[in-house]
Amino acid sequence: MKFTLSWLKEHLDTKASLEEICDALTITGLEVEGIDDPAQKFAAFVIGEVLDAQPHPDADKLQVLSVDTGNGSVQVVCGASNARKGLKGVFAPVGTYVSGIDLTLKKAKIRGVESFGMMCSERELELSKEHDGIIDLRTDAKPGTPYAQVVGLDDPTIEIAITPNRPDALGVRGVARDLVAAGLGKLKKDSLIETKGKGDCPIKIKVDNPDQCPVFAGRLITGVKNAPSPDWLQQRLKAVGLRPINALVDMTNYISYDRGRPLHVYDADKLKGHIRARASKVGEEFLALDGETYKVDERMCVIADDSGVLGLGGIMGGIDTGCTAETTSVFIESAWFDPISTAMTGRRLNLMSDARYRFERGVDPSSVEDGLHLATQMVLDLCGGTPSRIEIAGAAPLRRLTIQLEAKKQFKRLTGASLSEKKIEKILEDLGFKVKIKGHGMKVKVPEWRPDVHGPADLVEEVVRIYGVDNIPTTPLVELSGVAKPVLTIRQKRVSRARRLLAGRGFVEVVTYSFIQRTHASLFGGGADSVELDNPISSDMSSMRPGLMPGLLGAIKRNRARGVMDAALFEVGQSYRGDQPDDQYVSACGIRFGQNGMNGSGRHWSGNADSVDLFDVKADCMALLHQLGVDTNRVQVTRDAPDWYHPGRSGVIRLGPKIILGYFGELHPGKLSKMDVSGTASGFELFIDNLPVPKLKGTSHTRPALEITDLQPVKRDFAFLVGVETPAIDVVRAAQSADKKLIDAVNVFDCFEGDALGADKKSLAIEVTLLPFDATLTDKQIDEVASKVIAAVTKATGGEIRS
Amino acid sequence: MSEIKQLEVQILAAIEASDDLAGLEDIRVAALGKKGSVSALMKRFGQLPPEERKRFGQQVNGVKQALNLALGDKKSVLGDKVLAARLASERADVTLPVRTGPMAEGRIHPISQVMDEINEIFADMGFDIAEGPDIEDDFHNFTALNIPAEHPARQEQDTFYFPKRADGSSLVLRTHTSPVQIRTMLSRKPPIRIIAPGRVYRIDSDQTHTPMFHQVEGLVIDEETHMGHLKSVLEEFLKAFFEVDNVQMRFRANHFPFTEPSMEVDVRYKRVGNEVRIGEGDEWMEILGCGMVHPNVLKAVGYDPDQLQGFAFGVGIDRLAMLKYGAPDLREFFAADIRWLKHYGFGVLDVPTLAGGLGS
Repeated sequence: MKFTLSWLKEHLDTKASLEEICDALTITGLEVEGIDDPAQKFAAFVIGEVLDAQPHPDADKLQVLSVDTGNGSVQVVCGASNARKGLKGVFAPVGTYVSGIDLTLKKAKIRGVESFGMMCSERELELSKEHDGIIDLRTDAKPGTPYAQVVGLDDPTIEIAITPNRPDALGVRGVARDLVAAGLGKLKKDSLIETKGKGDCPIKIKVDNPDQCPVFAGRLITGVKNAPSPDWLQQRLKAVGLRPINALVDMTNYISYDRGRPLHVYDADKLKGHIRARASKVGEEFLALDGETYKVDERMCVIADDSGVLGLGGIMGGIDTGCTAETTSVFIESAWFDPISTAMTGRRLNLMSDARYRFERGVDPSSVEDGLHLATQMVLDLCGGTPSRIEIAGAAPLRRLTIQLEAKKQFKRLTGASLSEKKIEKILEDLGFKVKIKGHGMKVKVPEWRPDVHGPADLVEEVVRIYGVDNIPTTPLVELSGVAKPVLTIRQKRVSRARRLLAGRGFVEVVTYSFIQRTHASLFGGGADSVELDNPISSDMSSMRPGLMPGLLGAIKRNRARGVMDAALFEVGQSYRGDQPDDQYVSACGIRFGQNGMNGSGRHWSGNADSVDLFDVKADCMALLHQLGVDTNRVQVTRDAPDWYHPGRSGVIRLGPKIILGYFGELHPGKLSKMDVSGTASGFELFIDNLPVPKLKGTSHTRPALEITDLQPVKRDFAFLVGVETPAIDVVRAAQSADKKLIDAVNVFDCFEGDALGADKKSLAIEVTLLPFDATLTDKQIDEVASKVIAAVTKATGGEIRS
Repeated sequence: MSEIKQLEVQILAAIEASDDLAGLEDIRVAALGKKGSVSALMKRFGQLPPEERKRFGQQVNGVKQALNLALGDKKSVLGDKVLAARLASERADVTLPVRTGPMAEGRIHPISQVMDEINEIFADMGFDIAEGPDIEDDFHNFTALNIPAEHPARQEQDTFYFPKRADGSSLVLRTHTSPVQIRTMLSRKPPIRIIAPGRVYRIDSDQTHTPMFHQVEGLVIDEETHMGHLKSVLEEFLKAFFEVDNVQMRFRANHFPFTEPSMEVDVRYKRVGNEVRIGEGDEWMEILGCGMVHPNVLKAVGYDPDQLQGFAFGVGIDRLAMLKYGAPDLREFFAADIRWLKHYGFGVLDVPTLAGGLGS
């Protein structure tokens, strides 16, 4: 919403400065988005009168002027042929920045003659391209008068943001009312004059669809003379960004901005029969004032005559019945259109207008007749003519709302501050509410232009808004405990820990979009219709991600393109198995690519880094599980990872047959190439939500007593020849089970396959640590355990001990 | 000189002259070994008359002691010499660069870091952390928040929609974290103090807007919390977050359907290069939106607005990160450019705590 300062002052009697007005608007909720003050731009430019003009001694085309600047006369060298004695133009003194030539004027010597400033052309002031001569103002203004004042450019334009609840501020008078309440002046008396008119309106009005158009008023004015609007009106419309058309049309735009009251004018001679507001019919169309043809449908409210649709109610009229310079009879429409219906019609047709903007937010329903009177007065002033009486159909949907308010108490309850009933009453009255004090409360009648006010809380809001939140004292929140208690849930803690752990293992955290390309989602188990956006910002961002892997691969692709060949990236965040709240899950996902292992990447004098493989990411996974409180000795690893992993070089980490904790492995080369990622990469996904929740042990953090002995542990090595498909973990578990009391650890220290062993065999070497608990082990005891280990492993795996 | 004394002098001289450990060992064996010269003396012991035996024994033992002492001293001297020679030969180029290990490489994303900072501050004020789904229904994202079906706000928020379902309704990507207010109020009993950080989505894209960004919602509901408390909480938060002693706030009346009154909060700031100094200067910058929870919202979750009241606020997390750490372009937050992440990211041990300081 835009208006000029002088326009505002037509309604507001104030001594406040522009700055004070703008600050007050911003604080009370009509945020100033911009101020365009041409007077500032032209501040240095004044009227200069040429007292004398003599030819330059050394240049044919130059003259030496003596210019009265209002502040003494100065010598100016000028090249304009129209410079002459007696001319009043625009003088810029030394030190002025002249935007049209992008130059700050200095004292200069032009062909030996000193010059102290400049007489400006229109181009130099960026008013036009005109540069044939200097500005010739033909004005009575005295030299030294600010140029902006002389040409009426001293009226700053203010632009404010209007929140959807404030349709009343879509008219200058409504804005003025807020400023009055804020204490910046008085509201001027309304200039409204009611004109009775002569004779009935020959054009009858009918409303067929009172839901969409409950009231429609109009009148005919004959004998008008339509012409361009006077300068003051044109200037105001231009200042707020509207194009002046002719007096009749400009009048409607003016009242729309002045009062927030949209109107429409028809050339009455082009109307056929009577006017009616009705629902449109499928197949109807009309040519609107914006030059476009709109096809309307049965849900829209149109204004029609006997020939068909003339325009869309509350949105835009049609060209065929519009007012032109030739118009001599005008029919003025002042109606009220339902906000929702107006909004929906506008949205369906993608058609925005000042009228729609106002009607969809809620125009004052009590302004139907007043608007017509304002329009009548303006038409008579601008174009003359004879008005008929007002014709009106339907009734305005007035709310006539009165709210009971315990003002002081409710203000105190909501703000913690105290304000006297008198002050509350004053604020509400200034805003146009009618207040009646009754006992402890007040009865507040809500003006019809405030459709946003429904109950006591809305009234308190109005009071707070004007009183100013800055004036409310701060009150510390009640402390719940001396030392703050921990608040994170186990999952929140795990998410945070997972991030730190992975960063500690050299991973760099990324945050990628929750939506990805559908083809990518499909490669990773997603891409369902239910999680496909209806209105994505682009097809690359249309499908809710089924997991974090595709986003990370996209990140790797982009980094590779920038020459980063080795990296480890991770993300911890949400993904979507479906569209329900329970379908959303949190996982931690990491990818290492190139040679980015734990200990660094690339070549190094101490040894080059190897290409990463599944065991690097298995280690990440296990470290993560361990740090998140899962006993990694209890998990199982199976071979059935999803198809985006290499089928032979990946695993699933399980806890029991049902719970999947995560996947790890080398990524499937086929999927990588479909994702346009070159080379190999290994990654993992860990499902934070699936991790077992540790049993609550009350508040005790006490750990079990430590049982240790000073006796020396004993280590024994064994090598087994087993089937090539035998899982190493089977050998380890079998060895562990041989003597649960004595065996403290089993460590695989060698694993190889080779022709010498036979194609279907591999060798696994384990180191078994025995920990005696009450006495040093004897050779006999050690030999016994060793035999048990061999027996257990051979029994469990069918392997044999290598000697 | 006695024969014994002579032998002692001879051997001591040999020890003194020896210059390597092997030679010294040979001397020891030749003197004190089973067949050594000193050991040989003891063979005479039996042949001596009993009255001389004691003196002879003492003499030989004295020699043994003296030799052992000399051998020990010499061994230590020669040992030091050998070690010195070995150390002199073992030289490394200590200027060779080393790998500093994974902790030096890893980074935490600024958004995670700032979320941790925010959690730390609000936990201290007694807020816990609530969460909700990104894919929301109409009720939680709009209706319960006092945004009816045809409210212009539904258009202004530029909502992402999912396909229409059988019942005609469409799920949305939540446009704000406010639905978590609703979910929390429906599932808990007041008093409530929560923050709800998370991802939100709007159709928008330029240098300061991305279709996905992060917000943190705050909600306090009880019987007495008023706007004075709201002001205090916001002031404490901003002071703690920006680590300044003073934050000057300006409250502008505004409109959000779910709060009444609604305010936007500006903070005073000054820009010095690419640094934004909060609490200084004379410009105002919008930083968050807030207000008292609208009675209609309380009613929508079955609360009695005459009994319960409270405030809510919403802050952009990414924006806070940009302001505090000077990252100029929001789009970079989600571009996963390792160069950017290494520069703006945080180390593993930069864990924000109130005791150790929040910022890194």
